[in-house]
Amino acid sequence: MAYTEEELKKELETKEYEYGFYTDIESDTLPIGLNEDIVRAISKKKNEPQWMTDWRLEAFSHWKQMEEPEWANVTYKKPDFQAISYYSAPVSKPKYDSLDEVDPELLDTFKRLGISLDEQKKLAGVAVDVVMDSVSVATSFKKTLGEKGIIFCSISEAIQNHPELVKKYLGTVVPQKDNFYAALNSAVFSDGSFCYIPKGVRCPMELSTYFRINQAGTGQFERTLVIADESSYVSYLEGCTAPTRDENQLHAAVVELIAMDDAEIKYSTVQNWFPGDKEGKGGVFNFVTKRGLCENRAKISWTQVETGSAVTWKYPSCVLKGDNSVGEFYSIAVTNNYQQADTGTKMIHLGKNTKSTIISKGISAGRSQNSYRGLVQVHGRAENARNFSQCDSLLMGNQCGAHTFPYIETKNKTAQIEHEATTSKIGEDQIFYCNQRGIDTEKAIALIVNGFSKEVLNKLPMEFAVEAQKLLEISLEGSVG
Amino acid sequence: MLRIENLHASVEDKEILKGINLDVKPGEIHAIMGPNGSGKSTLSSVIAGNEDFEVTKGNIEFLGEDIGELAPEDRAHKGLFLSFQYPVEIPGVSVTNFIKTAINETRRAKGLEDMPANEMLKMIREKSELLEIDRKFLSRSLNEGFSGGEKKRNEIFQMAMLEPKLAILDETDSGLDIDALRIVANGVNKLKSKDNAVVVITHYQRLLEYIVPDFVHVLLNGRIVKSGGKELAFELEEKGYDWIKQEVEV
Repeated sequence: MAYTEEELKKELETKEYEYGFYTDIESDTLPIGLNEDIVRAISKKKNEPQWMTDWRLEAFSHWKQMEEPEWANVTYKKPDFQAISYYSAPVSKPKYDSLDEVDPELLDTFKRLGISLDEQKKLAGVAVDVVMDSVSVATSFKKTLGEKGIIFCSISEAIQNHPELVKKYLGTVVPQKDNFYAALNSAVFSDGSFCYIPKGVRCPMELSTYFRINQAGTGQFERTLVIADESSYVSYLEGCTAPTRDENQLHAAVVELIAMDDAEIKYSTVQNWFPGDKEGKGGVFNFVTKRGLCENRAKISWTQVETGSAVTWKYPSCVLKGDNSVGEFYSIAVTNNYQQADTGTKMIHLGKNTKSTIISKGISAGRSQNSYRGLVQVHGRAENARNFSQCDSLLMGNQCGAHTFPYIETKNKTAQIEHEATTSKIGEDQIFYCNQRGIDTEKAIALIVNGFSKEVLNKLPMEFAVEAQKLLEISLEGSVG
Repeated sequence: MLRIENLHASVEDKEILKGINLDVKPGEIHAIMGPNGSGKSTLSSVIAGNEDFEVTKGNIEFLGEDIGELAPEDRAHKGLFLSFQYPVEIPGVSVTNFIKTAINETRRAKGLEDMPANEMLKMIREKSELLEIDRKFLSRSLNEGFSGGEKKRNEIFQMAMLEPKLAILDETDSGLDIDALRIVANGVNKLKSKDNAVVVITHYQRLLEYIVPDFVHVLLNGRIVKSGGKELAFELEEKGYDWIKQEVEV
């Protein structure tokens, strides 16, 4: 019998009473709850240098004084932060012995996403007895990167092997006390990715966490740091599109991007964590802080396809610090059943001639609520700043909601800011038209949704776009009765 | 091919079709004419399976099978095509992508593989030439920003691609200038064979100068009140619908 997290938590709680509270840093899972000792224990387990431990403790002291934000257009039962275990060693033992033991519904989704059998096993946590393709791919992949001087590893490895880089840049874009969840992440982050592209290097392939061998499953508190040195380029893909049915309830990740002069970072995400069931039970809370810093003439593009999680709270942002720098945000957010998403971006124009583009596509179905929240801020020094924002919402049925909260603040008269917004509904006449051409209703919805999202899908790397399309179809299945 | 018997249909409890009888055989062209509000468009919607209308009595047989309970897409898979009076817009979906999806969904329903890309391209090229369609047109979003003429030409293009057994053209002539009308009509005529059939629904006789019907039916107040050969269309054009109304009342 599989445990739900609730049951597990209950059991842990009773255990705690049974044996009393103690911190055993030798064990693989720390006891539930959060205090300074736990933060130290996490750092010690990861064999971190003193400066890292101090950094975490500083974050923790900020977090203690902060309150969970309530301004987002979402309602949920706040997590009990003292009821969570903040460290769990990666599970080395497979969960299942064969695919037969895995939830058939999950396997069916894998199949429809076109995921190979070996990969299915890996994702579902089944023991794999053959050497998987991806391992050998990863080896040759690492070699190519190494030749170019590119560093791509887990953040834990980076702390050990490249402390000078981590120390210099960690927390420079998202400071420890930036917000409640960022502070929490800074104190307890378990692992994540680190990437450094040297000066003038164009990364020859899409960097994907998928290729990282030690990626045994994403942590609850992931930390990512991407540094693109002067005149370099990197395209980074986050998340695997496979629906790893993560049972962690709360995810609070932090992603920091640094694009130095003339550098470009393209960051693509496809997120499809467990959204909860049709009645709105369960599902992941996804409270993420993502921000990029652009120096002179640098460019950062965020592209995201959000179909999962019960509650999403996420605003990938760009700080356009350097003159002539460019920030872009392309987003598709799909909510179905009882999902809630409050997502958008912040474009902070500090430098002269800075440009930003925001294209947001929200699709709501079922009884879900989908909000775009965006801030365009032009500072006094930012001569000739430009922004173009387009927020389109598509509604399916009459029990869902779409909301747009655009904030514009400008302190410079030369700024040009445009905002366009549309709301449309999938019409019965559109469906009937497709039906009459031999296209059934599910397929018709997929077609209409894909058309609606095309401008954003086009921004994704090819193979990612194909999977994202399939995901859109799957997440909207059964949304029109 | 199509046999309609004593068909009654209503929308929101208002009866619109009040006992239609129609028999269309392969190779035939039928015209259904009538004034506004006589039930012409309702008839085409009901045949195509639009669930906004409730069939209260009678039956519709297509290729010897009762299709009254079939979903619209299943009727389409059997070879039934409706050219819409008001084709809908689907932003972001190109004409090519739409027709590709329609063809492959129909093939899948028959247990066939998707049409190979080169075959599809060849067919698109042939049919677009037949209907004098500029290839650039095919990459535009379906019906978005199309002129009236472009919309109707696009309908006939889809019909050419799907090669239906029975095509119902609902007010295809409305919104067309004379050149577009000729192109559309020529397209229909070229696609016509002894194995398929066409039902033209129109208010005016104009289109029938180009697509010459074998039979003309006059629809009035939900019933076919008069049927005849193509000369009936000319008579209607000349005298209007009033004389038929009077005849019926007598």
